[in-house]
Amino acid sequence: MSERFRPKPPRLVFVVLASVLFLLYLPIMVMMVNSFLDKVGGQYAWTLHWYGDVFGDSGLVVALERSVMVALTSSAGSVLLGTGAALSLARGDSRYRKMLEQLSLTSLIIPELVFALALLLWFFVINLSLSLFTVIIAHITFCLSFSILTIGGRLDTLDRSLDDGARDLGASDWQILTKITIPLLAPAILSSFVLSFLLSFDDFLITFFTNGPGSDTLPIKLYGSIKTGVTPKISALSSMMFLFSVLVIFGMKDVSGFFKSEKK
Amino acid sequence: MSSDDKRDKRGLKIFKNRLNWPGVPAFTWFFIFVFLPTLIVLVLSFMKRGTYGGIEWQGQWENYGRLWDTTYFKIFWESLKLASSTATLCFLLGFPVAWAIATVGQRWRNILLLMIAIPFLTNLMIRVYAIKVLMGQDGPIQWLLASLGIPFDPFQLSQNKALVIYGMTTTYLPFMVFPLYSALEKFDFGLVEAAQDLRASSWTIATKIILPNIRQGVANGLILVFVPCMGEFVIPDLLGGAKVMLLGNVLTEQFLKFRHWPFGAAISCFLIMCLLFFPWLINRLVVGNKKLYGEKSP
Repeated sequence: MSERFRPKPPRLVFVVLASVLFLLYLPIMVMMVNSFLDKVGGQYAWTLHWYGDVFGDSGLVVALERSVMVALTSSAGSVLLGTGAALSLARGDSRYRKMLEQLSLTSLIIPELVFALALLLWFFVINLSLSLFTVIIAHITFCLSFSILTIGGRLDTLDRSLDDGARDLGASDWQILTKITIPLLAPAILSSFVLSFLLSFDDFLITFFTNGPGSDTLPIKLYGSIKTGVTPKISALSSMMFLFSVLVIFGMKDVSGFFKSEKK
Repeated sequence: MSSDDKRDKRGLKIFKNRLNWPGVPAFTWFFIFVFLPTLIVLVLSFMKRGTYGGIEWQGQWENYGRLWDTTYFKIFWESLKLASSTATLCFLLGFPVAWAIATVGQRWRNILLLMIAIPFLTNLMIRVYAIKVLMGQDGPIQWLLASLGIPFDPFQLSQNKALVIYGMTTTYLPFMVFPLYSALEKFDFGLVEAAQDLRASSWTIATKIILPNIRQGVANGLILVFVPCMGEFVIPDLLGGAKVMLLGNVLTEQFLKFRHWPFGAAISCFLIMCLLFFPWLINRLVVGNKKLYGEKSP
């Protein structure tokens, strides 16, 4: 399908584009340079030892392990619940579907801070003491709507006649679900897992409020060190986290598809 | 024909009912961890603070009365100012960006979209920290100012309002660019061609032809930026030195420092009300009721 010719905008528009990209990436570039610099007696030299220091810091390594554990558990949880919810949303009864849709939408539009505090209160009311367990519950909750969106978007594009065909050939509903629908959804399930992983791994605010004492995740550690000041070691850690996220995004083919399906 | 239809309908109905069950866990989850907590915030906002923090279960209106205090009005005003300036700036920068992306070739379009999306998908802490590195001691800005002989206050330089705006704008820009871009995808660029033939200036083309046609996208972008900015807490806290009180800071303080949970809950409810009201207002102001000539009703 060829696209209609689109007249070029004035040059100023591209100047703005270039400056915006510059402003977006300048701090990150500076941070990366900072992570390779060592100051010896007023002279700057290139070094890699800050990266070694990050892995030598047991506090940071433990926080990293915690972050990965939380992110893996909560993305698994949100994908499991999300796949089911997406199936029901696409093919369930309409009244029940509406309620589910509304709940999912509420959790998307509620301000992050209000959501974090509401959960904090709720955990207090139901007498659940704060720990990594409450963090995982919170993460599953905010990842779930994104999972439903990603998987539901893919489900909408599936050809319903495949189901009908299978049924005509004598397949049971269970067989249709496990042999046809789920395999076709696999790419969307994978990308929603990756997206949930990133959202959970990067989350600060909700973790900050639902976290128990002595179980800081990496973003919480970062918050603490930003308050105390800039060090090349934290720059090295941040550079690695940034590159990790970027690699994951590039690995995820469906990322542009996600944005396209989100806005109608 | 008719018997086929019947069989189809019956078959579908059974299928549909069977597929209600996969949503049950998610439904239950949302009910317990979204619906009930929100409800509890609403209920709590009418309760009293216990002597040592916590909650005394006794209904009253006082928390909402306190919101009308001038202190809180000022805080609300500051948050409103920050959210509107961020939204405006995001629009002023985001519109040219979206326009440029929509008119470049397919290959570049995907690359640019990804470059705008990356900040959204990477850690907020890292981006805030990177701004700190940029402005902090030994950072290039301070080095530049020092070597040019311009006097500055290092502390002031690494924590100020302009930095908060910088941090907020770069963080929320994708929320503006994506709705604008998707609106431009549906926009008929033939209109621009026609306007060029009639010798319209670029300014006229942007303001009289493109923007009115994508105003739903503009409204969506403004809402998506404005709403989270009203409750923003992390960026002003880290880049502004928490000198200006905002709704987000006050809310956090009530919960963590003063442990006045019912009043915090009242602020939360107020914030939710704001976030219902402002999208309506923005839609009303930007989209309005008027239809453009030849436009189909939605």
